[in-house]
Amino acid sequence: MSDYEIKKLQKRVTNGGMSRREFIMAATAMGFAVAAPTLYSQAAYAAPKKGGLYRIGIPAANTGDNFDTGTNSDAFMINVAQGAVRNCVTEVTADGQAVPELAESLEPSADAATWVVKVRQGVTFHNGKTLDADDIIASIEHHRGEDATSAAKSVAESMGKIKKDGNNTVIFELESGNADFPFLLSDYHITIGPADNMGKIDWHAGVGTGPYSLKSFEPGVGANLIRNPDYFKPDEGNFDEVKAIAINDGAARMNAMSTGQVDAIVRCDLKTAHLLDKKSGISVLQVAGTKHYTYPMDVRQAPFDNNDVRMALKLGIDREAFVKTVLRGYGSLGNDHPIGTSQNYHASNLEQRKYDPEKAKWHLKRAGLDGLEVEMSASDAAFAGAVDATQLYAESLKKAGINLTVKRASADGYWSNTWMKVPWSASYWSGRPTADWMFTIGWAAGGNWTETFWNNARFEELLVAGRAELDEAKRGAIYQEMQAICRDEGGAVIPCFANNVDAASDKLGRPAKMGGNFELDGSRSISRWWFT
Amino acid sequence: MNSPVLSIILPRLAMGVFILFGVSLLITIGVEALAGDVCSAILGQAAEPSTVKACQVQLGLDKPAHLRYVAWLGNIIQGDFGTSLANQREVGEQIGKRLGNTLYLAATTAIFAVPVGILLGVIAALYRNSFIDNAISTTTLTTIASPEFFVGYVLMAIFAVNLGWLPAISIVDSSMGFFERLRVSALPVMTLAMVTVAHMMRMTRASIISLLASPYIEMAKLKGLKPSRIIIKHALPNAWSPIIQVIVLNLAYMIVGVVVIEVVFVYPGLGALIVDAVLNRDLPVIQGTAMVFATAYVLLFLLADILSMLANPRLRHRR
Repeated sequence: MSDYEIKKLQKRVTNGGMSRREFIMAATAMGFAVAAPTLYSQAAYAAPKKGGLYRIGIPAANTGDNFDTGTNSDAFMINVAQGAVRNCVTEVTADGQAVPELAESLEPSADAATWVVKVRQGVTFHNGKTLDADDIIASIEHHRGEDATSAAKSVAESMGKIKKDGNNTVIFELESGNADFPFLLSDYHITIGPADNMGKIDWHAGVGTGPYSLKSFEPGVGANLIRNPDYFKPDEGNFDEVKAIAINDGAARMNAMSTGQVDAIVRCDLKTAHLLDKKSGISVLQVAGTKHYTYPMDVRQAPFDNNDVRMALKLGIDREAFVKTVLRGYGSLGNDHPIGTSQNYHASNLEQRKYDPEKAKWHLKRAGLDGLEVEMSASDAAFAGAVDATQLYAESLKKAGINLTVKRASADGYWSNTWMKVPWSASYWSGRPTADWMFTIGWAAGGNWTETFWNNARFEELLVAGRAELDEAKRGAIYQEMQAICRDEGGAVIPCFANNVDAASDKLGRPAKMGGNFELDGSRSISRWWFT
Repeated sequence: MNSPVLSIILPRLAMGVFILFGVSLLITIGVEALAGDVCSAILGQAAEPSTVKACQVQLGLDKPAHLRYVAWLGNIIQGDFGTSLANQREVGEQIGKRLGNTLYLAATTAIFAVPVGILLGVIAALYRNSFIDNAISTTTLTTIASPEFFVGYVLMAIFAVNLGWLPAISIVDSSMGFFERLRVSALPVMTLAMVTVAHMMRMTRASIISLLASPYIEMAKLKGLKPSRIIIKHALPNAWSPIIQVIVLNLAYMIVGVVVIEVVFVYPGLGALIVDAVLNRDLPVIQGTAMVFATAYVLLFLLADILSMLANPRLRHRR
């Protein structure tokens, strides 16, 4: 019955007879409190409309920003380059699936080691060139080889031998099977640019196939984009113009949003997000994602080489308090493995680890210790509020008889001088769209970013087996076991997963489900959204 | 009459060039001493040894620092600022755009703040220890004592968030008309003015009051002149030297010291550029920006010396 009632209300919204506030109040009264905003969006934003100037405030911009996407690492360039000006071979949808973007299709061999990619037909770059296999090959080759300076070098190298088969087909021959290969091609570093006769790409020109072309760009200040009238996806690229404004300061971004100088912001200041949400005409958007905070221990060094010590430290963190204070509730509990609740293959059957100082003591005793003195380096470069968060951790460890000294490290150069250099530090992962990718990049033995220097035989075996497994059920079982191993033997304390918290004007229309792979609808709001 | 002025300017100009050279050397040493370089800074958490190495070779960072410095020096003498290591753009072009914005902010603030500062100083001296003096002093000391980002946020809360008269962030671009630009940059101008007016007002008041005890002012008083005439005609001309110094110091501050205000109001000026460049270890941009800042200082203080000299006959005609 209430289904019918809701449909009636939604219809009123679509016809313009009901405001957002009225709808949400009515829907809440009917018991739809949680779903109300989504139900409203479905109704209000039935079909994308074209037109308007979209102003978006984005953090993490600096004068080093440029369109060589191999050097991009944060929100501003991800939104502007991959999210608007360029495309990748595949795209991660809001449901977390990899679908063809500049490809027409991707076909695996039976062992998932050879992938045949058909290039999408009739796609042109902003400079008029037609997309073909050479562009895709040149764009990927840019990230690998001896003189590559790309952050995606290891990803590109895992793509094996890349061959051209006619103008419209690219064949990838991987060294071993990888059922998740389409996801690798969605990496925001690996955007596709137009190759010249020499097989080189002028990355800095900022030419792409995306829904918008670059009108002007001032690194660290902003970019102006105009709609590409020839874009190949009919329902994307809806704004006439886009002004991407670099606003690194959190308070300034919140002010710009609340005074209507921008239509949406990436990354809310968590301290004031609830106040912004109260303003009429503005919604704070929260999506569970893959971002998680970690405390990686170097398991090769004492005392972290002892799994009982690691267990004691995992049991000694008050996760509930962590999510409540550090994330201000905008997140969920971590279970000491890197796969979030919103992701495929998340091990929901694993028991949630809780704060248990008594059990921590028991583990210490088993390790032959009465108490423990440890030191951790932390800096707010690791994640917002990391130093305070670590102090909080130290407090909760006291009850377990563990004395944690928090050493404040310099934020400047934190990743090159502190992280993975000291035995224990604070860190974060923006996460990866698939379990295999996350495990491979952050947990596999000998990896450049295996922050715990962990090497677990069973884990390694499962990692290889899972990668080539095309049977969903078997694959699921493998990843469940791997998460359990990380949780019970791994070297990282993972207290929480942080939600993506952004804000947008209610004048904007957006798809009913937003992507969680990056902030603000997978960093694709410029492509996907519209003005109602 | 020409020669005494010239004889002061020329040595100072030569000194200025020497200072610029010294600054560039210090900056290079300072940046080289920082941990990491542009390659590890840009790649950040994603850096791996082979990509960092390749990046260093491509940017010429594998060459020793002193050779790179000499090459840079050779270029800068010919007016070539080089290219940014981080984004491969011309440094001169980047600085040019940002310098325009910074100078606009400084000039607008100065036009407003300098007369107000002097006027308030004169009023405070005239009615010293009265209610007016106390009111002026309390207000200005409060704005001096508050960190400028705080003053900025307070103004933003009042004028942008509550009243909605002015934009909270100052996004300026070259296509803006004069009045639009003035409106958009009103809040940073006000913040900067509040901080600098205070300095100038205090100095004006102090230097006038210190003169009021001198015998010739006493003489003027005995003649029966009005207090306002004493201050404006008799005290102020002799107080100009320190006031000019403090005005110039504040002008220099408006150009080089507005980093925090630029960040708070998202104003694309030179301060924001140098902060970014330091974070990125982008030496050519740091060097170029620092040279512009140092030049501004050198020229402004030269101007201050000339102006105080013109205002003070004793300095003009040396015995």
